[in-house]
Amino acid sequence: MSPIVSVLVALIAIAVVAWLFRFLGQASTSNAPFFRDMPYASAFGYILGGAALMGGLWLYLQDGAVFFRWAVQGFAAFAVAGWLFRIFGRVVGTQGSRKLFRSMPLTASFGILTILVYAFAAVFAGVIAPYGQDEIIQGVAANIVPGGDPAIGGNPDFPLGTDQLGRDLLSRLIYGAQNTVGIAFATTCLAFFIGCTFGFLSAVLQGWFDQIFSRAVDVLMAIPSLIFALLLMTIASVWAPQLGIPLTAFMVVIIAVIDSTRVYRLARAVGYNIVVMDYIEAAKLRGEGLGYLIFKEILPNATAPLLAEFGLRFCFVFLTIASLSFLGVGIQPPLADWGTMVRDLAQFVNFAAFAPQVAAAPLLAAGAIALLTVAVNFVVDWMLHRSSGLKS
Amino acid sequence: MSTLLKIRGLKIEGRSDETWNPIINGVDLDLAKGEVLGLIGESGAGKSTMGLAAMGYTRDGCRISEGSVEFDGIDLVNASADVKRDLLGKRIAYVAQSAAASFNPAHKIIDQHTEAPTQHNVMSKGESADDAMDLYERLRLPNPQEIGFRYPHQVSGGQLQRAMTAMAMSCRPDLIIFDEPTTALDVTTQIEVLAAIRKIVEDFDTAAIYITHDLAVVAQMADRIKVLLRGDEVETAETREMLANPQEDYTKSLWAVRSFQRPQKPAINTSATPVVSVRNVTAAYGKIDVLHDVSFDIHAGRTVAVVGESGSGKSTAARCITGLLPPRIGHIEFDGQTLPLSYKQRNKDQLRQAQMIYQMADTALNPRVSIGETIGRPVQFYMGLTGKDKRKRVNDLLEQIELEPTEYFNRLPSELSGGQKQRIGIARALAAEPKFIICDEVTSALDQLVAEGILRLLAKLQDELNLSYMFITHDLATVKSIADEVVVMKDGKVVEQGSKDQMFQPPHHPYTDLLLSSVPEMDPDWLTNLLDQRGVDNIGDAAVKKM
Repeated sequence: MSPIVSVLVALIAIAVVAWLFRFLGQASTSNAPFFRDMPYASAFGYILGGAALMGGLWLYLQDGAVFFRWAVQGFAAFAVAGWLFRIFGRVVGTQGSRKLFRSMPLTASFGILTILVYAFAAVFAGVIAPYGQDEIIQGVAANIVPGGDPAIGGNPDFPLGTDQLGRDLLSRLIYGAQNTVGIAFATTCLAFFIGCTFGFLSAVLQGWFDQIFSRAVDVLMAIPSLIFALLLMTIASVWAPQLGIPLTAFMVVIIAVIDSTRVYRLARAVGYNIVVMDYIEAAKLRGEGLGYLIFKEILPNATAPLLAEFGLRFCFVFLTIASLSFLGVGIQPPLADWGTMVRDLAQFVNFAAFAPQVAAAPLLAAGAIALLTVAVNFVVDWMLHRSSGLKS
Repeated sequence: MSTLLKIRGLKIEGRSDETWNPIINGVDLDLAKGEVLGLIGESGAGKSTMGLAAMGYTRDGCRISEGSVEFDGIDLVNASADVKRDLLGKRIAYVAQSAAASFNPAHKIIDQHTEAPTQHNVMSKGESADDAMDLYERLRLPNPQEIGFRYPHQVSGGQLQRAMTAMAMSCRPDLIIFDEPTTALDVTTQIEVLAAIRKIVEDFDTAAIYITHDLAVVAQMADRIKVLLRGDEVETAETREMLANPQEDYTKSLWAVRSFQRPQKPAINTSATPVVSVRNVTAAYGKIDVLHDVSFDIHAGRTVAVVGESGSGKSTAARCITGLLPPRIGHIEFDGQTLPLSYKQRNKDQLRQAQMIYQMADTALNPRVSIGETIGRPVQFYMGLTGKDKRKRVNDLLEQIELEPTEYFNRLPSELSGGQKQRIGIARALAAEPKFIICDEVTSALDQLVAEGILRLLAKLQDELNLSYMFITHDLATVKSIADEVVVMKDGKVVEQGSKDQMFQPPHHPYTDLLLSSVPEMDPDWLTNLLDQRGVDNIGDAAVKKM
């Protein structure tokens, strides 16, 4: 049987089972709303989901599917961690925080846990990392395979292995949190400060002020951001040594300015929606000044969309830094950075087919990036959901 | 008469905060062929939910938990999607409150009209289009041959509502559900739509459920009335009997709402300086004048009602007084002093003296600021009170608007009902200790019982504090209950002004007369008599155009 035919047969089988599932459900529960109001598509979805689950189980038991097995194990471990963390949050803490945890979905509690772990790693990197980030450990081979299994080239003293210069990968990962995440956070904050200030001013003042800044932002947004950043970073790398300012400072400002254009757009749009409200008119007629209007009337009503954007923007900034580092103009060696780590070890991915553990080395840093991005988005989704009052 | 629709013990639940809460708690409903049933109640009574349930439909997040809905022998609760698809649009049709939001703006009206008949294989597209023109003519739409080829935004609100009624009629259904079809319309437009709906329902002997909160409207339309309160039925009776002899206390209280009326105050001392004087104001949005040479005075302790339909310029006049829209010609005097035209040039005291209360309390209060702070801000800003003094003043104000200070001080606007929000709006205006308050349609978004409470409060405060009100409204019943003087506006001009007694006594200006005669009364024969008296062509917008 060709694969197309077998897929078709499977789909038809699922369709039939779904119909039976709904029909039998309706017959056995008579007028209960669950089966009565169930559209056929939902029934199909249930059965398809069930089939996918069985397929996953089968794949999990196959010998060759190493990465899939790791993914499932990781997923389960993270789910359990998130679940335990939520239980912990429900028991410990103030009344308000306990209430928050009671209505929290698992995704959000996992996201918060992950962010806390990253923040902890970033703050206490010097204490918890076994070695320095640029420490080339004497008498230890380079490129030790992660996993600590001597049979395939591992070393139990270095559970995540070493890189091409013999530096401990675990330590570099931990320091990477400090460098990459810390710098990304600072950059995002700066981008928001710039973007929100001008965005709200544009919304309140309107007229020529709005026109000038909006058009300027349009021009900046018309240039592809990564290429623009690359260009500016290249220029900055010449200036930095002359001026004696670290290149990282240039990078923070450049990325913040480029990303603030997006924040400006959002802040202006949100601001425009708020300034037409009657309560703003009431405040204007009361004779309130610009500062009161922006900080007391507009900002509190704009926090929900801005927070959501903050989460997303943080991910983008973070990825931009990793990309720039990967391209060689971002965070400079010997500082540990996840983007650089991926680039340095990238060639090991070629071993994935026959030595999965060797290929894991570059994936560790990539995984750290991915995990934080997912976690931040989970938390942002949850916050958006709460503030918008969406029910479904 | 045979029963068309039979609802028994209907219970509907809605999901919120992770639990199912009852919306309808077991209501029965019977509807015979060709009968019109009026469903009335305040907001939250479950009228619309009932109306939709009659089609076997519930909104997202709601479900029918118990009971049966039987349409012509078909069980709609357990019907499959195919069965419902065959019924809806063809045998059961729905007319929504806002026609403007219900038409698809991207398609011509006639294309939307012919969709249902062709889908249900009732008529071909051509037949249906011809039929549409026939229906438009019956509904007295202007240019019936041509109007269908316009897009929804090219047609006025009242015409669109009639086009939607025609669309509901397109398959000649047995049952139409009208969900507040005239609530968003001006009185002169409303009367045309009412006459059209009634005629077409009679012509085709269609059964209808007419949902509204306006008793006078339902009196014209319905054979029978059912009163709902928070998901329970209060009572059901024939229209005449229900109007003449309501049984339940709640129904009686609904009927009694329109009884609040203030006595006419003595004539004004014309030599006294008015608090606010609008002098020959002409104002424009861009290059188009929307106010033409408007003048009127508001004296101390008086309420001047500014009446007119949407687009008549009554809110624009308020914007000129507050300085949000500086007049092009003319000026505003306050206590005999000429005010700077723009609010930006006025000093703090000038701003303090004139306050405003808004129509939509939802948008007038900052949703992120607590009640105490909302009222406290003007106290601090104008009077310079802080700490304990501020708190005490806010408590006094809350007591003045009849809300318990300790309970409401820390609440957010979302934790209040509509009427309470409107009271907070009043308190915020009072906090500035003004002489003059503009009330912009303050009761039009509220249920009648709640609105009456607001009117009584405003009247009480006026007596206590000798306030002057400019009361903008389109509702003549409100004018009757609260105004001392009335200014009638049309197309940016003052048509007529005088004391309330003068205004409600003939002779009137023809436009005032038309406005007055278009307000539905609680008499079931009112619309019939009016049509007999004036003829179909001399009511509503058609009559306005002739002026």
